Amino acid sequence: MSAPLALLRSVAKEFRRGSETISVLERLDLDIARGEFLALMGPSGSGKTTLLNLIGGLDRPTSGTIEIDGQRIDDLSDGQLAAWRASHVGFVFQLYNLLPVLTAAKNVELPLLLTKLSGRERRERVETALHLVGLGDRMSHYPKQLSGGQEQRVGIARAIVTDPTLLLCDEPTGDLDRKSGDQILDLLVGLNQRLGKTLVMVTHDPHAAARATRVVHLDKGRLVSEPVT
Amino acid sequence: MTYLSLLRANLRRKRLRTVFTIGSIFLAFLLFGVLSAVKFAFSLGVDLTGADRLITIHKVSLIQPLPRSYLTRIEQVNGVEAAAASSWFGGIYQDPKNFFAQIAVDPEDYLDLYPEFLVSKEVREAWRKDRQGAVAGRSLAERFGWKVGDKIPLQGTFRTKKDGTNLWEFNLVGIYDGAAKGTDTTQLLFRWDYMDESQDGGNGLVGWYTIRVADPTRSADISRQIDTRFANSPYETKTMAEKAFAQSFADQIGNIGAIVRAITTAVFLIILLVVGNTIAQSVRERTNEIGVLKTLGFSNGKVLGLVLGESCLIGLIGGLSGLFASTIVAKGMEKAFAAFLPIFFVPRDALTLGVGLALGLGLVAGFIPALVAMRLRIVEALRRV
Repeated sequence: MSAPLALLRSVAKEFRRGSETISVLERLDLDIARGEFLALMGPSGSGKTTLLNLIGGLDRPTSGTIEIDGQRIDDLSDGQLAAWRASHVGFVFQLYNLLPVLTAAKNVELPLLLTKLSGRERRERVETALHLVGLGDRMSHYPKQLSGGQEQRVGIARAIVTDPTLLLCDEPTGDLDRKSGDQILDLLVGLNQRLGKTLVMVTHDPHAAARATRVVHLDKGRLVSEPVT
Repeated sequence: MTYLSLLRANLRRKRLRTVFTIGSIFLAFLLFGVLSAVKFAFSLGVDLTGADRLITIHKVSLIQPLPRSYLTRIEQVNGVEAAAASSWFGGIYQDPKNFFAQIAVDPEDYLDLYPEFLVSKEVREAWRKDRQGAVAGRSLAERFGWKVGDKIPLQGTFRTKKDGTNLWEFNLVGIYDGAAKGTDTTQLLFRWDYMDESQDGGNGLVGWYTIRVADPTRSADISRQIDTRFANSPYETKTMAEKAFAQSFADQIGNIGAIVRAITTAVFLIILLVVGNTIAQSVRERTNEIGVLKTLGFSNGKVLGLVLGESCLIGLIGGLSGLFASTIVAKGMEKAFAAFLPIFFVPRDALTLGVGLALGLGLVAGFIPALVAMRLRIVEALRRV
């Protein structure tokens, strides 16, 4: 059996609000296998998004270690983390977070500005990514000219265009109707099964979580074996 | 896509706001350019004066004359290379509002001292042969439509002819051009000997002397020698560098430079606040997007660069277009002001300074918003919608 892609050991995260210290994650251990589609579930405030942010190098744990693909990321500097995110992680957001002033193609191209690829290579990659999400004919459309589902597809294309090791999705269907949500989930499952991408998805929705290969539940910053009712 | 196209796309986000911001910078730089032209014009080309030229005037004031006989004695001073006498005529051409400088000179001496006045050999020869001959600058000739061969009548204001009239006529024998853009080509030059002989009470007096020194570093010493030579005489002298002489003229009008500096400083400070506020507002509105950029892997330095780049782009678009417009406006004003300000254009130094100011404006105005953007924590930025 191959080594896990992500290893989290005794990870804790605390925030300070004035003189008060709020513990969001408490000594959490988690392994994520390579090629796994993991769903993170739990009630609001359970620490799902915080955990996702730590795995994606958007934040640092208060204590504990995080190792992704053999590399410790909890002790990287801001600049090193930025470079690491650019080449290892793709993010999909609940509200798509596309830049309204850029076309779909340019939104997808954005992370490639940080690479050394030529303009032609970048265009080829953008076309491939947009075709993969079924939007090859919407390249020059601006976000406001797209439906919510299409915007999220552009968001997914942007996340995969750098061919990252890990795809992190924060409530990717949370702002979509059931039909569009299902299409997005089909797309994510396809990325996981056909392209072997490792996915971690935060969701409230049991229907979405059911599409994952494994579901873990968080409650008050701890992993629990059974869903909290 | 390039970083520049990303910056341009951001400028299109709130078009009206961008247009107003760039418009305000445009106006500020237009004003800066035109005021620089005004300042330069009022300095009467102080910067264009010869570093190796001195001016000798009467110690009391410029309007007091000096004897023509001083010329030889000045030329004898050690270090003086050449000298020429000049006199102000102060006549009226058709109407008092048609003001221009009319100077009586010794043609050969004068043209030797002012090589920036380009006069052909033929014209020099024609002038030498015609005692009533006069040479006009290109701008002046164009202003009044003069052609070579025309008779130029001037009504003397304080110079009367021996026949009791005050109508002086000169034959236009040539037109001179300027060697440099700022060379004054609005003067009418005619022969001092004709004026002195024809003038009632003509008594061999001149207005001032222009002197060329061999070594400009010795100017102070030579000036002292000249003034010492004529000390305790009825016509004591005051010798100074031509630049100082031109500056003293400019200072009679007022410290235009200080006034222009005060106005432009005030305008730029206001514009700085306007642009700074616009960029800050723009960054506040895009907090979430900045968080997204950082999530995608844009480093703090890149985010800082993007915001500063946007700010500089706004400054440069507004600044360069304003400076360009000021050169057109100055060109348009040149003819209208020709009677009062013979040299009127935006000097190259001002344009260079303007480009620097436009860039500086962008950097300073964008610095704090860029710093705020750089320091944004991703998780906090992403929470803002």
